[in-house]
Amino acid sequence: MGYADVVIAGAGHGGAQAAIALRQHGFEGSILMIGREPECPYERPPLSKEYLAGDKDFARLLIRQDAFWADKSIAIRLGHEVATVDPSRRIVTLSDGATVTYGSLIWAAGGDPRRLSCPGSDLEGVHAVRTRADVDRLRCDLDTGKRRAVVVGGGYIGLEAAAVLTKLGCDVVLLEAFDRVLARVAGEPLSAFYEATHRAHGVDLRTGVLVESVEGRDGRVSGVRLGDGTLVEADMVIVGIGIEPCVAPLRAAGAEGDDGVRVDEYCRTSLSDVYAIGDCAAHASPFAGGALVRLESVPNACEMAEVAARDICGAPVPHRATPWFWSNQYGLKLQTVGLSGGHDAAIVRGSPGEGSFSIVYLKEKRVIAIDCVNRVKDYVQGRKLVESRAIIAPDRLADTSVPLRDMVPA
Amino acid sequence: MINLTVKTRDGVAHRIEAATGLTLMEAIRKADIDEVVALCGGSCSCATCHIFVEAGPDDIRLPASEDEDDLLDSSDYRAPNSRLSCQIRLDDRLDGLIVEVAPEA
Repeated sequence: MGYADVVIAGAGHGGAQAAIALRQHGFEGSILMIGREPECPYERPPLSKEYLAGDKDFARLLIRQDAFWADKSIAIRLGHEVATVDPSRRIVTLSDGATVTYGSLIWAAGGDPRRLSCPGSDLEGVHAVRTRADVDRLRCDLDTGKRRAVVVGGGYIGLEAAAVLTKLGCDVVLLEAFDRVLARVAGEPLSAFYEATHRAHGVDLRTGVLVESVEGRDGRVSGVRLGDGTLVEADMVIVGIGIEPCVAPLRAAGAEGDDGVRVDEYCRTSLSDVYAIGDCAAHASPFAGGALVRLESVPNACEMAEVAARDICGAPVPHRATPWFWSNQYGLKLQTVGLSGGHDAAIVRGSPGEGSFSIVYLKEKRVIAIDCVNRVKDYVQGRKLVESRAIIAPDRLADTSVPLRDMVPA
Repeated sequence: MINLTVKTRDGVAHRIEAATGLTLMEAIRKADIDEVVALCGGSCSCATCHIFVEAGPDDIRLPASEDEDDLLDSSDYRAPNSRLSCQIRLDDRLDGLIVEVAPEA
């Protein structure tokens, strides 16, 4: 039986940043970080971008050099996950049966890529894009000459993967179940722009399409059967249909929450001295009118890590960070600030045709979010509009001759 | 390899050796200096790797692109020698570079 003052379940962006932040804030107790993957913490966003493209090798993704963790007296147990939590005795049991008693527990286990539920989803050549191992397997297929790719899911992961695979010379068919890509996260003008961009780069992008089954030959993918019976031939299938938060042990221990685990503004769960951060932590966001949201982004994971670390160090600061996000496809830089969910108007600013525009999302006349494509100025200057929930006339927001900076209420 | 000096917010000067070809952000992170968060991993999408150039070639004091310039504008601490460290590619010319980590935004 081991003991650590702080046990961190998960060694992704959130877990790593929690450990780093604890030491930065002078925490001198013992820290044990438990990671499911064999690698020390690394950056995930490049997995669907530069790492898949072969433009960055793995060593450049490491959040810290391997020796750093020992230098900071942060113990890491890799290749393990927390299987059960006993909150009354403050004990976690790992997948190999080992037990560790904790002073505080930070749950930073992230999410598992959602799998297709149809027949054939476990065939060789069906890939997720969540871990280095996922992408290494996909790259292995590419290295052995596989060229026909079907991407299932038109969210950011699917679109980024489609962009890279196209660049690598693959024939890409992208299938989206909704009537537009990015339906869950962005407004129609942005969806239309990215659909047009992908098609212009040669992606066969189909919306409103259901996957009936993945077809195989000798245990390996040979195609994807659509809802209407059509067969799309494929050498590999990339599935990007979201994640399921990894919270089963915590929920079994009694932590409250419906989608993920619910936390308060200090990232505390309903269990004593148990925190949850990152992709799996549902929190009431002032940027969503106080509604519970679960944000799947690196900035959110790192900011929540900071909040949990400060609380453990006895210097609590509530989680108020403005949500932001980025996505890179075909040299287009998309940056988002705020949360557009529930918007009742979307004002286009600039020209999608020229590949530089922003979409300002309004709810009850107030600015709640901005998506910016190749328009960093709007991203930087629009943040204050989002943070102040400014009321600006739509025709003024659309007027590119007026910088957003000049619209910030005094 | 080149030699760099990175001053952290506590005023301490860290002398580090870095491989050319990396970005300054990567070199700072590799040296296990925690203050440069670099949330976007170096894709010029945020401003969490903001530094000031204290000594180095003149042209290295200026933003390399309009995007970098705009992102630096998001910091209350923007100065004439502000840069995003992810946008500085290390080469032999930068041997002896001295930078200071900008205050937290």
